[in-house]
Amino acid sequence: MSTGEVVLDVEGLRMRYGPVNVLHDVNFQARQGEVLCLLGPNGAGKTTTVEILEGFRMRSAGRVEVLGTDPAGADERWRARVGIVLQSWRDHGKWRVRELLEHLGRYYSAYSTETVERPWDADHLIAAVGLTPQAGHKIKTLSGGQRRRLDVAIGLVGRPELVFLDEPTAGLDPIARRGFHELIAGLADAGETTVLLTTHDLAEAEKLADRIMILDRGRIIADGTAAELARQIAGEDEVRWERDGQSFRQSAKDPTRFVFDLFKQYGEAIENLEVRRATLEDTYLTLVRQAETGGDTESEAR
Amino acid sequence: MNPTATAWRAGWSRGLIELRQSFTNGADLFNHFFWPVVMLITLFFMRNASFGPFALATLALPSILGMNAAMAMASMSQHLTADREDGTLLRAKSTPNGMVGYLVGKTVYVAGGLVADLAILLVPGLFLVSGLVTGDLGSWVTLIWVLALGLVATLPLGAILGSVFVSVRSQGLLTLPILGMIAISGIFYPVTALPEWLQWLAQTFPIYWLGLGMRSALLPESAVAVEIGESWRHLETVAVLGAWAVLGLLLAPVVLRRMARRESGSRIAERREKALQRLG
Repeated sequence: MSTGEVVLDVEGLRMRYGPVNVLHDVNFQARQGEVLCLLGPNGAGKTTTVEILEGFRMRSAGRVEVLGTDPAGADERWRARVGIVLQSWRDHGKWRVRELLEHLGRYYSAYSTETVERPWDADHLIAAVGLTPQAGHKIKTLSGGQRRRLDVAIGLVGRPELVFLDEPTAGLDPIARRGFHELIAGLADAGETTVLLTTHDLAEAEKLADRIMILDRGRIIADGTAAELARQIAGEDEVRWERDGQSFRQSAKDPTRFVFDLFKQYGEAIENLEVRRATLEDTYLTLVRQAETGGDTESEAR
Repeated sequence: MNPTATAWRAGWSRGLIELRQSFTNGADLFNHFFWPVVMLITLFFMRNASFGPFALATLALPSILGMNAAMAMASMSQHLTADREDGTLLRAKSTPNGMVGYLVGKTVYVAGGLVADLAILLVPGLFLVSGLVTGDLGSWVTLIWVLALGLVATLPLGAILGSVFVSVRSQGLLTLPILGMIAISGIFYPVTALPEWLQWLAQTFPIYWLGLGMRSALLPESAVAVEIGESWRHLETVAVLGAWAVLGLLLAPVVLRRMARRESGSRIAERREKALQRLG
């Protein structure tokens, strides 16, 4: 899906708030057309990372390039190429859906190029996010899921080359969440737009992302496709069995070898043998648990 | 078209859209009519009081118009704080030249709303209060330049105040000093009736000069007798309002930029959480 051009380049990114290090040494790249997911428990530094990339927060140290420009000093031309999906709360409540999209689109018209015509047509976009029946409604009358879809439409209205979504499904019910996933998957299928989204939900990351990065206490501890991550960081598998009416369980790095040794030692006395493969989910949950009980002050900051 | 021009045009239409919205829903309509109606009732009860040879209500109506014009400052300030709190400003910031459009829109909205509010007060007021000079073109020219200059002086100040206050609730702190300013600014009673040191204090604020300018527009020449120095002091009005305008226009971009730089999604989320806690 990616054409190879690097659109996000982060090297040695650090962020300090007073005495607290929120980001230690974050390094990653994203190529055009990739859907990249920054996964991590609350307080891992996801939001801070994204806000630095959006140009909304100054970093303490490191090199950051977004679409070839340092976001800290970027101009409005750069701004026109970047889409940000904000979590709306109650802004523009008196505006109607189409009215607001048309209005926000106008600012982008000056940034059309020969290859990219800006902005998207409002009705086209409204249809794409499934809000056609609500196009004439006041925004304050929309449901949570509808608002979030409007947020996505607003983030896309300038036809951005790169889109940031920070915790886009937080607080959505399962149906709205599913609709949202389909929306993002559709966007990714077009393959032009690079997407960086953050979540603390592994299932969401697996579903949407071409590539997952796990951020834990300010460090990226894993980076790859879901399958690669499972191989790379999956922990020990679990072996369970019974012998003489007693239950046993044991973690093992090489369960095949372990079971072989077990049978060699006890032979037919072994009953109800089970081998449980560690999944990415187990590993991730272990990580989250570590972050939550680590007692590390760094896990407090976002 | 160049991007900044696009943003100005978008801002202009943004202001008009928000103005239309504020005249098509109950809560906002109530706000538009509430104070003018309270003022008209006040004028009605003042109708028999007089100050020297002048009816107090006649002196007060132009002054109240001036006061309302100065209050556009508070309204600008409140809108800015509210828009920052709910994320409107962050949306503007994530749009190319969106802050330009936002500020143009807000100015159009506040100024347009003010003109409407002044009309809501003035039109019925003319039937209630006698002795105003309204048949003369000169009156309206004076009214318009005083109003225009007054807005240039007060709206940037409002934007600065709106950037300084963190939450809509803290805006409540503004109420007391504003009431104090109104009390000493010769709105409901001629300023010459106050002790001299209060007169000097009043003359440092735009609200006194807006009141004076409006009186100079709508009162007969003889009413100048109750003013300081028995003069409408147009030159001084231009000087003081002009000084506030220059100060505001110099400071506002700096303060606004500083405030906007700090806005981000996580700040909005923090405020949302705080607001929800207050509700819960």
